[in-house]
Amino acid sequence: MRLERRDHRPIALIIAAALMAVLAALAMAGILIGLAGAPVLKAYWLIVSGAFGTRLAATETLTRATPLILTGLAAAVAFRARLWNIGAEGQFYLGAIIVAALGSDFLSALPAPLLIPALLTAGAIAGMVLILVPLWLRLRFSVDEVVTSLLLNFVSLLFVSMLIDGVLKDPLAFGWPQSTPVSDHALLPKLIERSRLHIGLAFAVVIAVVVHFAQSRTVFGMQSRAAGLNPAAAIFAGVPLKLTLVKVACLSGGLAGLAGAIEVMGVKGYVTTDLSPGFGYSGIIVAMLANLHPIGVVLTALFTATMFVGADGMSRALSIPTYIADVTVALSLLTMLVALFFTQYRIRR
Amino acid sequence: MMALVDIVSSAGLWAAVLRIATPLLFGTLGALLCERSGVLNLGIEGIMTFGAMVGWLAVFHGADLWSGLIVAAVAGAIFGLLHGVLTVTLGLSQHVTGLGITLFASSLSYFIFRLVVPLASTPPTIAPFQPVDVPVLSELPFFGQAFFSQTPPTYLAILLALSMAYLLFRTPLGLAIRMTGENPHAAEAQGINPVMIRYGAILTGSALMAMGGAFLTLSAFNSFFPTMVQGRGWICIALVIFASWRPGRAFLGALLFAFFDAFQLRLQTVIGGLVPYQIFLMTPYLLSIAALAVMARRARVPQSLMQPYRRGER
Repeated sequence: MRLERRDHRPIALIIAAALMAVLAALAMAGILIGLAGAPVLKAYWLIVSGAFGTRLAATETLTRATPLILTGLAAAVAFRARLWNIGAEGQFYLGAIIVAALGSDFLSALPAPLLIPALLTAGAIAGMVLILVPLWLRLRFSVDEVVTSLLLNFVSLLFVSMLIDGVLKDPLAFGWPQSTPVSDHALLPKLIERSRLHIGLAFAVVIAVVVHFAQSRTVFGMQSRAAGLNPAAAIFAGVPLKLTLVKVACLSGGLAGLAGAIEVMGVKGYVTTDLSPGFGYSGIIVAMLANLHPIGVVLTALFTATMFVGADGMSRALSIPTYIADVTVALSLLTMLVALFFTQYRIRR
Repeated sequence: MMALVDIVSSAGLWAAVLRIATPLLFGTLGALLCERSGVLNLGIEGIMTFGAMVGWLAVFHGADLWSGLIVAAVAGAIFGLLHGVLTVTLGLSQHVTGLGITLFASSLSYFIFRLVVPLASTPPTIAPFQPVDVPVLSELPFFGQAFFSQTPPTYLAILLALSMAYLLFRTPLGLAIRMTGENPHAAEAQGINPVMIRYGAILTGSALMAMGGAFLTLSAFNSFFPTMVQGRGWICIALVIFASWRPGRAFLGALLFAFFDAFQLRLQTVIGGLVPYQIFLMTPYLLSIAALAVMARRARVPQSLMQPYRRGER
């Protein structure tokens, strides 16, 4: 048996492979659900109805998808340039905490039309600053950014924990470590009344479209792609590699920081250390499932959010641990890697 | 100042240093072996978590402690096999597959643990490994108590570091592993099968990683809880670079690292009121980053690390 590279990859083949991968992951998760002693088909039905069965469930799923779109984009733009930003989780928290700091105090005197953009920008900048550390270490000392960006996640979370236990601690929170809430006019408008769904979803989708066009139609998009495909050839072709990587990093970290800012301003209004149930890490899967395509990210974020929200209800009904959602999503990443491989290669005997 | 001297001169600190170094040493040796054959295994964080869970679970269900450690090693090797299929046979990006395995293995650990042990106010415990005094040596003043009264897996880890150094640099198999990591094409020309070497290294290495995780539940603590590995896997990846891919230096690196960790823990009790405790908890991660920055340039990376090997394809 040997592997032979395919000459071209039709888009239909890629989409078929992606669907096969998700089905395979769902089948494997089904085995786990079966081993846990629950009816598999009923479990899947409960996941779907738990995520979309009622108006509340559907808005909840879309609310959950919002940060995933942004962290997914953060991973997608970076991975495309072979910049391994695994630090979206930390960047998310820094974006969130800066909003809590500025939005409850310094900037809160501003009127909403100025305050909201100012806070979103601040959140994005916080994320950028954090990713520039691993990038600098890579460019200056040739340290692999996977480990450094990852280790900074732990540092950021501890930093946030320190602030919400210290200077930013809400005195009205009965001793719980949580930040002071942002002022009311810093909160994002609701998309649908009497739900948690906020304007951030529309914003995230627009950003996905903008990123798509930036990547497919601009010089920056071409350069970041070239940097990822073959850095040596890119330099030879006159791509300013370092500058491109800095731009890519700022975009990636900025998107992750923005995700944190939007989550605070859209959903909770304040920061706790469980603000993110791993949005940064799930973003990696969202991006890989979408084959790093920005529009695909919107769809795979929706799939991931469906799994997480749906599994909540399913696990309560059938007493199966909610971690089944994480397992399924992680499994789909692995099956997707294999499926995409077979769109590039075929087996020859 | 006196307080600092007191901390450093206490046998308890040094005993803790060896204890904290043990899981790091297992993990670092595992990652080191994989990388020497040319494969980066970023699945380590998840494999350690799975090892911690499955080892604990085996003992909780009546296995003895050594069997628990072996169960963990076998489970680690299975994840290693998965990583081998993805990176060696299919030649996928080692960064991405490793992260995928970490996410899969850790979420699977939490899932299985919650399934078997429903949420309870007090987590169930097991009777962990007890310290064993090394005959004669443990009676030495200070040193005896500090270094020679550890749990058996700690001695095992040190033994492993020595044998791995011997294996890599004194045996034909070690030469074959190193050669595969440097240049698999040249290795193959010498009659070595790079695919087999890489599979062997990943399986063994992943088994060691899982044993490092199992040390946490079977020796350092007596229960399992999610996020207990807390980035130790990533720190091991940093330690491999710090150690320049050498087992002896991996041991020293793990000790150095554990020293700072044990030291900050005790320092907290002295100046804890003045400085937020989170600052102390940040130090291991910041230390890893600093170690990477200092050592990365000098380190001699195995030349074919992260490069898939396909016969007849360049």
